[in-house]
Amino acid sequence: MSFIEVKNLTKSFKTGNTELVVLNNMSFKVEKGDFFSITGRSGSGKSTLLYQLGLLDHPNSGEITIDGINVSLLGKEERTKFRLKELGYVFQDYALVPDLSAIENTVIPLLMQGTPKEEAYQKAEDALQKIGMGERLHNLPNQLSGGEQQRVSIARAIAHDPKIIFADEPTANLDSETADSVIKAFLELNSHGQTILMVTHEPEYAKLTKRAIKLGDGKILADGEPESVI
Amino acid sequence: MKRSNKATTALIIFVMMLTFLNLVVVRGVLVGLIQSTVDVYKERFIGDVFISTLLKKDYIENTPNIVEIIKNLPWVTGYSVRYTKGGTIEGTYKERVSYTEKTNQANGTIAGINPAREDSVTGLSSKIIKGSYLNEDDTESVLIGAYLLKEYFPVESAAFQTLANVGVGSKVRVAVGGNVKEFTVKGILKTKVDEIDMRVFMLDTTLRSLIGRTDYNANEIAITVAPEIDPLIVKNALVQSGVEKTARVQTFEEGLPKFVTDMKDTFALLGDIVGSIGLVVASITIFIVIFVNAITRKKFIGILKGIGISSEAIEIAYVFQSIFYAVLGIGVGMAILYGFLVPFIAAHPISFPFSDGILVAEVSATFNRAFLLIAATLVAGYVPARIVVNKNTLDSILGR
Repeated sequence: MSFIEVKNLTKSFKTGNTELVVLNNMSFKVEKGDFFSITGRSGSGKSTLLYQLGLLDHPNSGEITIDGINVSLLGKEERTKFRLKELGYVFQDYALVPDLSAIENTVIPLLMQGTPKEEAYQKAEDALQKIGMGERLHNLPNQLSGGEQQRVSIARAIAHDPKIIFADEPTANLDSETADSVIKAFLELNSHGQTILMVTHEPEYAKLTKRAIKLGDGKILADGEPESVI
Repeated sequence: MKRSNKATTALIIFVMMLTFLNLVVVRGVLVGLIQSTVDVYKERFIGDVFISTLLKKDYIENTPNIVEIIKNLPWVTGYSVRYTKGGTIEGTYKERVSYTEKTNQANGTIAGINPAREDSVTGLSSKIIKGSYLNEDDTESVLIGAYLLKEYFPVESAAFQTLANVGVGSKVRVAVGGNVKEFTVKGILKTKVDEIDMRVFMLDTTLRSLIGRTDYNANEIAITVAPEIDPLIVKNALVQSGVEKTARVQTFEEGLPKFVTDMKDTFALLGDIVGSIGLVVASITIFIVIFVNAITRKKFIGILKGIGISSEAIEIAYVFQSIFYAVLGIGVGMAILYGFLVPFIAAHPISFPFSDGILVAEVSATFNRAFLLIAATLVAGYVPARIVVNKNTLDSILGR
């Protein structure tokens, strides 16, 4: 059994009387340790797919299995717990809490999991060190550059050692140099076995991943080696 | 909240403090207004236990025997026997040029007292606002209550007249029990108790001879008891001694006019109503503060939920935030209340026509209101947080 299995996934949105099908009966698998990129044009359903996989949204139909657990069947509380313990998120706009420092932002999921405070802070610091933010532990988000904020966001995503990291256009708001450093951070994490699913519209970054799918018209247009897909 | 705007936080705490003071002080002043009326009525007039004439009698029969019983009660610290009779006081009669000219007179109660005893029970000498108090040999002098004088009580109607141009040193004619005698006004007293301020005081011996009372049967006996003693104990002892056969015996609470107790209840109710309005205003304030705070952070709330923080944890954080505001506001309010307002108003009572208003703020009642405010704040913080937190996580994250 694959690490992530998606079967017949469908997601549509109603706009007035018309129904827009964004994901149409989609099926695919992701293996453990993959660095998996989801590409496609604007409006192709990349982010929508990520939100279904990351349990941030409910599909209309279909099944998602993560590490043998059919997450489509989980209730609200179970989904919340699953997200907290097993998944990590990196958003396009960093999504840091502005009142909290880098380490405080990073430590939130750990503390909410019930990790003892001292241990939680140590893990948060380790995560920040790992992605090169060890010197900026106590800076507030507004005291950090975009790239640094995204690194803190990555640290928050990896601090609790999740099974999968979901990254939604993590480089979209960054200049090329900073974006490169963020992708390098992902590559480094992946080299240590971290499974990563990343939405990107930038082919040069998709090419750096292990596998890619290209979406269009609610379907998978291509699936395989990034070089061949893009 | 951790690093939220300090000025905003200070403002919210200030509003909570005002709300708390509104809850406690408005009611406290309203109740204190009546409480001080009660206190002054007790202190200046009826004492802790009051003995008066039976409804169908002119005086307390066997007064000397009753006085002996009082003297033998161990809890009694003082008593004053008063003789009273309705009478008329006339002033400036020497300046009257014709019989058609309206007389300058007022009706009041003429009271005969032992000045030293009266002073030990009611502290009457401290309430002389002009002139001086009576001595044992002041057989030709009287004290006049301020409400009988136009200067202090400028109300005149066909039913109620006051004396004009009468002050300390003025000659007045007192007509009582069919006899008339001229006295010199030695002092003017003002206690803010109508029953006292509408009296003319003279020596008991003088009044008794003026009204031709040869016995020692009096009309009122005011008794004070030791502070730790319940006046009811003294009343019961007097009743058991048979005093009630010839006189009415009341504790000060029983002796209060009904309108005073009614007013006390009414003012307490008014205070509660005003306080309740304050409570609603505080709740709305907190609701708005938390709602605005939560709605402006909707995205971050969505993110927190997205990364797996439970809705309950976020709601609790907002509830704690509102409780933080309330507790700090209450703390500052209590410090102002007990550190400044209560002692200040006790030292400088608010002057009302019928009493010197104090601020009644019993600790237990204050804590009750504090808990009430915290409870209201808790609800007012929880509801908006729940409204915002319950929005769709993805919509919140995406700012939809």
